Amino acid sequence: MSAPAVESVHDITLVVNGVPQQLTVPARRLLSDALRHELRLTGTHVGCEHGVCGACTVLIDGLPARSCLVFAVSVEGSSITTVEGCCESDGSMGRVQRAFQRCHALQCGFCTPGFITTITAYLRENPDPSDGEAREAIAGNLCRCTGYQNIVAAVLSAAQDPTP
Amino acid sequence: MLGQPVQRSEDPRLLTGNGRYLDDLGQTAYAAAFLRSPHAHARLRSVDVTDALGVEGLIAIYTHEDLEGRAAEPLPMLIPHPSLSHGRTPHALASDEVNHVGEAIVMVVASDRYVAEDVVQRIVVEYEFQTPVVGVESARAAESLVHDDVPGNVAAHLLQETGDVDAAIDAAPHRLSLELSIERSASTPLEGKGVLARWDPDDRSLLVHTSTQTSTSVRQAIAAKLELPVDRVEVVTPDVGGGFGVKIVHPWPEEIMVPWAAIRLGHPVKWVEDRREHFISSAHERAQLHEVRVGFDDDGRLQGLSVRFWHDNGAYTPYGVIVPIITSTQLLGPYKPGPYRVEFWSLYTNTVLVTPYRGAGRPQGCFVMERTLDAIADELGMDRSVVRENNFIQPEEMPYDHGLLFQDGRPLIYDSGDFPATLAKLRKLVGWDDFEAYREQARTEGRTVGIGMGCYVEGTGVGPYEGGHLRVETDGTVVVSTGLTSQGQGHQTMLAQLVSDELGVPFDRIRVTTGDTRRFKYAVGTFASRTAVMSGNAVALTARKVRAKALRIAAQALEVDPDDLEIVAGMVRVKGAPAAEIDLGAVAVLSNPLRYAFDEAAARATQFVTPVDPDLPPVAAGEEPGLEGTAYYSPPRSTFANGMHAVVVETDPETAEISVLRYCVVHDCGTVINPMILEGQIHGGVAQGVGGALYERMVYDSSGQLLNASFMDFLMPYVTEVPRIEIDHLETPSPLNPLGVKGAGEAGVIPGSAAIAAAIEDAEGFRISAMPISPSELFDLRRGAAEGRVPWLRRRSAPAPGPGSSSTGDGS
Repeated sequence: MSAPAVESVHDITLVVNGVPQQLTVPARRLLSDALRHELRLTGTHVGCEHGVCGACTVLIDGLPARSCLVFAVSVEGSSITTVEGCCESDGSMGRVQRAFQRCHALQCGFCTPGFITTITAYLRENPDPSDGEAREAIAGNLCRCTGYQNIVAAVLSAAQDPTP
Repeated sequence: MLGQPVQRSEDPRLLTGNGRYLDDLGQTAYAAAFLRSPHAHARLRSVDVTDALGVEGLIAIYTHEDLEGRAAEPLPMLIPHPSLSHGRTPHALASDEVNHVGEAIVMVVASDRYVAEDVVQRIVVEYEFQTPVVGVESARAAESLVHDDVPGNVAAHLLQETGDVDAAIDAAPHRLSLELSIERSASTPLEGKGVLARWDPDDRSLLVHTSTQTSTSVRQAIAAKLELPVDRVEVVTPDVGGGFGVKIVHPWPEEIMVPWAAIRLGHPVKWVEDRREHFISSAHERAQLHEVRVGFDDDGRLQGLSVRFWHDNGAYTPYGVIVPIITSTQLLGPYKPGPYRVEFWSLYTNTVLVTPYRGAGRPQGCFVMERTLDAIADELGMDRSVVRENNFIQPEEMPYDHGLLFQDGRPLIYDSGDFPATLAKLRKLVGWDDFEAYREQARTEGRTVGIGMGCYVEGTGVGPYEGGHLRVETDGTVVVSTGLTSQGQGHQTMLAQLVSDELGVPFDRIRVTTGDTRRFKYAVGTFASRTAVMSGNAVALTARKVRAKALRIAAQALEVDPDDLEIVAGMVRVKGAPAAEIDLGAVAVLSNPLRYAFDEAAARATQFVTPVDPDLPPVAAGEEPGLEGTAYYSPPRSTFANGMHAVVVETDPETAEISVLRYCVVHDCGTVINPMILEGQIHGGVAQGVGGALYERMVYDSSGQLLNASFMDFLMPYVTEVPRIEIDHLETPSPLNPLGVKGAGEAGVIPGSAAIAAAIEDAEGFRISAMPISPSELFDLRRGAAEGRVPWLRRRSAPAPGPGSSSTGDGS
């Protein structure tokens, strides 16, 4: 009924925010925990651990995924983008992050990384969303602070930002 | 910068993944997990850890038997009150009884959280089941008791009254009675609680990080419970992923157990609450049953109001009777009730404890008062806004004394507000007077729509005090600290705006720290919409004090009168002669006469460099070294913000789905510091109000199991559930504080259930008496109305058949 008293570990390689990484993890280690506690990329947040809130959303090979529902061993060879990887190459804020500040689209900031990654991927596919499409784009992420008004505005504002 | 939508200085850090939330810290700490009761009411017979001992990575297992001294006693009764005759608090780990699902019984410490959870699963607890008490009605019936020594399950009973209420109601031309209820919801921040403790055995000192709304009081509580000298304990609040009230309660069991274990093990220990733990072991709020009796005249003016209500306080009462006291007083809103009597019973149930959640008892009170006024309007066939207007306290009646005691133990005296002007703005914003034309148009399209409003007054900025400390560094940087904590409200930005104005320094030279007892030891906490009022004024007063000192020192250096000086962009200069100037960093150097030159700035203040009067001490009498100061703000009583919301809903004639088409807010929180942050607070509050009205409820079964303890089943609004929010402001400054500000943090949530219930009632034509309301409940109400079990509104007595009537078998 319980987990084994001693568990085996696995070596994996993956690319995180453009940097190749080698990790040794137990099979049950979640990707969210591997990013946060092995690689110390603590921008990815865990809000519910059952894939509903979206705070832990990262991009796996460019597509949004809930890192709390993914085992780290299952992304062997993949390329992962976290909120840290949504910055410019000099470490300054990227266009979605800038839009969030401009529009006051965050308060406590805990859910924010999941919105940043989700919107970053969305705008690549849909560079010029309508208001309704902007709402649709973020409809899978929970925020308890903002009432979403300014997050919708930030999606639209980021889309209009000419700086890539 | 006062009144400007300044972008937040917090944001670049939080947006780039560089926030420091609790679980981002202490990466090498041991991990704690708790075995929590799966039963709502049981005695503990035994705990068997035999099967757990072989797990690799296990560090320690603790039960109540391991605790000694004050750590083994019940947790503190934080807010005692004379009415709280039977207050009860839990132990850090349950001693011999558990009173709700989720109560902590065993603490496990292991190398990581995965292992700790493995260990928890291998521990076997034997229980002796007791009958659970669930829900207000079951608690009130008291056929079973939560605590054996609490008769009737009554923790507290309180009555306040002004005048002869029964006589006034009996003498009124009209009378009504109503029964109203609100169900449980909860703060539900996206980040749960969390605690990290580090014990330094050499220094014999404890450093605790905790996701709290009050670090200063957690510090005192830990010192008291662990019997440590207070000066050996520091508590830091890192970035916090939302609070909304639940994190003002303290010390949570984990805030005692994690430091306790860290000391015992001589190793950092961390616990991070998971989502299920948060649902079943952190606090809930809202559940109350109300009975109203009201007398009124032909114009709908209240002649007397009697309210009795029963408040579900859950298994324990560490936060006293704050929530029901607020309900009982803030229920009055912007109105004159005539003689008023309010009586409540605070009842134990075998459920998670109840403590303030944003709004803190006000949403219930507002719901009750606004439902009552809507019922009066319907009884008299009057416009609902006119009935409200007829009962308003007028601006010239301020300050208005209700003759009651408020939650801070002070008189309930409104300091300011212009309720008629607020209502006029709301009617215009929502188009109240044109709604019948819209309703008619919708009806021709086969759509059912309704409009409702809710008005509230919110006592904000409760005392006793907050303070600020400000220091100008020799490089001109201004460091500011205040003791209360931040959970996303933009305090660092808002306080820096105030300092920038008061001290005359650029915004980007100001660094603000909150919630760190190493920096500021005296504070109360962040709750009751109090930061702008309390710390805002305290920090502004601090800046004024330091400014005066800077002018004294600069005046001496420039050989002018301090009154001839001004500070602009960080430079102290002679008014009208800006060439004669000295920057604040240099003033800071002069403020601190030195012997040793540890850097270039310091060299300028050493004893052989500075010109001095050899007959005077280097630090003048009455002065202290350093360009810094501390000040406190302590108000005589709360300042009262107010607002009014109007909602337009559409109800689906077939599915009874409820859609909010428009949500309009008019809000008055006095002087506005940052309108962007203010609107953000309102947006978030409204979203929680909509959630509380239509989606969120804690569903307990009769055995005390919380059936929807996940985000799959507890329905917090996504963007798809929150309408566009339209906002208009009114600014009537508070006369009680130097800045004229009133709190705004909770405002958005308060009238949500009241206004949405009113709009649904208006759309459907029958009385809505219980919130939240789901489509299936609305469907049942339609059936009940058709069958005569749910009363129709009088104004619907001869309506054109609505589109809903055919599908619900409308018999009217």
